[in-house]
Amino acid sequence: MKSNRFQTLLFAAALLLLPLLLQGFGNAWVRIADMALLYVMLALGLNIVVGYAGLLDLGYVAFFAVGAYLYGLLSSPHLTDTFPALAALFPGGLHLPLLLIVPLAALLAGAAGIVLGAPTLKLRGDYLAIVTLGFGEIIRVFMNNLDHPVNITNGPKGIDQIDAIHLFGLNLGKRLTVGGFELASVTLYYYLFLALVLLTVVISHRLELSRIGRAWMAIREDEIAAKAMGINTRDMKLLAFGMGASFGGVSGAMFAGFQGFISPESFSLMESVMIVAMVVLGGIGHLPGVILGAVLLSALPEVLRYVAGPLQAMTGGRLDAAILRQLLTALAMIVVMLLRPRGLWPTPEHGKSLKHFL
Amino acid sequence: MAETVLKVAGISKRFGGLQALSDVGLTIERGQVYGLIGPNGAGKTTFFNVITGLYTPDSGSFELGGKPYRPSAVHEVAKAGIARTFQNIRLFAEMTALENVMVGRHLRTGSGLLGAIFRTSSFLAEERAIRERARELLDYVGIGQYADYKARTLSYGDQRRLEIARALATEPQLIALDEPAAGMNATEKVQLRELIERIRRDNRTVLLIEHDVKLVMGLCDRVTVLEYGKLLAEGTPAEVQHNEKVIEAYLGSGAH
Repeated sequence: MKSNRFQTLLFAAALLLLPLLLQGFGNAWVRIADMALLYVMLALGLNIVVGYAGLLDLGYVAFFAVGAYLYGLLSSPHLTDTFPALAALFPGGLHLPLLLIVPLAALLAGAAGIVLGAPTLKLRGDYLAIVTLGFGEIIRVFMNNLDHPVNITNGPKGIDQIDAIHLFGLNLGKRLTVGGFELASVTLYYYLFLALVLLTVVISHRLELSRIGRAWMAIREDEIAAKAMGINTRDMKLLAFGMGASFGGVSGAMFAGFQGFISPESFSLMESVMIVAMVVLGGIGHLPGVILGAVLLSALPEVLRYVAGPLQAMTGGRLDAAILRQLLTALAMIVVMLLRPRGLWPTPEHGKSLKHFL
Repeated sequence: MAETVLKVAGISKRFGGLQALSDVGLTIERGQVYGLIGPNGAGKTTFFNVITGLYTPDSGSFELGGKPYRPSAVHEVAKAGIARTFQNIRLFAEMTALENVMVGRHLRTGSGLLGAIFRTSSFLAEERAIRERARELLDYVGIGQYADYKARTLSYGDQRRLEIARALATEPQLIALDEPAAGMNATEKVQLRELIERIRRDNRTVLLIEHDVKLVMGLCDRVTVLEYGKLLAEGTPAEVQHNEKVIEAYLGSGAH
């Protein structure tokens, strides 16, 4: 037990020191870690829907988009520029504080999750996947076209000049100097995202070991038997959709603040597929596995982008980083699925080692 | 006069051109093991599905524990007090045996999302109670040693027991077993019989749908025989066994 605690401490220290170390090699590396954390949050959210409740959702990126657009619209000059009446109401412009944005994003995305989940309640497997895929696309198409007749989302041009995230008066968009040591903006974001990921992990873990988590898993394993045990499968499925979506919404809001610019392009079907891949590749329904999957699939291709230079030079530029990235991701997934069909770090066969995880 | 648990009367159900059940009824009293038998296609499973809410009957009246009862949604039936097992075992395969039984407690517990997230003291107390009760039930059916094994890794007989433990966890007024002996070997059948007798001793009520006539006759207090969706005979096992219509249905005419 003692060595276990020591390991945890060591791991925590490593997580805290990581961005400081990466900072030395350039901010781009910290940025990769930041994005990886956002993807971990997304994968954990999707894990509630796919991993726990067993509902294959291929449109999950929609909730990421909802959160991102919520933040984008409420923290940029776009709305006040478009609607003079609104500008009169908020002469200083719209700048929502983070402590309001996070719950709001969770709530709105959660509501979107329930609304999109409701029509799919009777569907299973492939059919559910196709319908959710459609919903995901509908949201993206909406974002793309809601610049007419009233310009709400600014269409394909996207929303820019989004405020950086402010936390307790601290502007995360600017570097911070503490006693002669410089913390880059991306490093500050890293700590915020890390905190949110930890929160997500704790919530996921606690839900998993609860009456509600068991009800979700019962539905995943056998819906008819779950009903026969008196579980209201409709309510429980909606709760899973809503809960999973709310994590996506928070992640999306963070993404908008982090990037300062969003456009419908960031919320394509490919993103949904990648998030599902993270969950499945890592180990569906198993928190450490899902986290591992998200980190690998989001960070490794980015890292690859930096090492692909020589290869590109060798092939006379034909094999560029983007192609290589897709190629290697696909290859990695095929290999993992062949060698470890239940994921890289699946739920242990007997008993629950998970209890000791946190 | 003993207390009536389930009283159904005049149940009819038609599937297109097939009259699966016509005017079937039965009365089960507390502490009874009640058998429902009949040749293949007699309507046993349809009847079972009607009282467990899977099918809506065309007509019929229901009373459960003295109260009028309308089997509508399947999960409402469990709430009203009928727990069932399945002919082809339906466990939560990737969950442990203990977790399977804990799911059975879902209905009789109430902690919600916030309780789970904040781990309130009432949530923790309830979780402990759920776990304890689930362990008791696993011991009760005799598979306590497999609590942490995934349900799919248990042997066939043990899976049946686990299903019964899970059903008992819902605190049912009536536990309905759909062909529990199907596919069991002789030893497993003896053990199953002991378990059902034990359930009866604890003043629980069992509805047993079974093909195995020997098991039914040896175990049940009362038996109803269905044929072609109609009530053929009703009575104690001895009465039913000597009923000419029953003999004819099972063995053909001129067999005696």
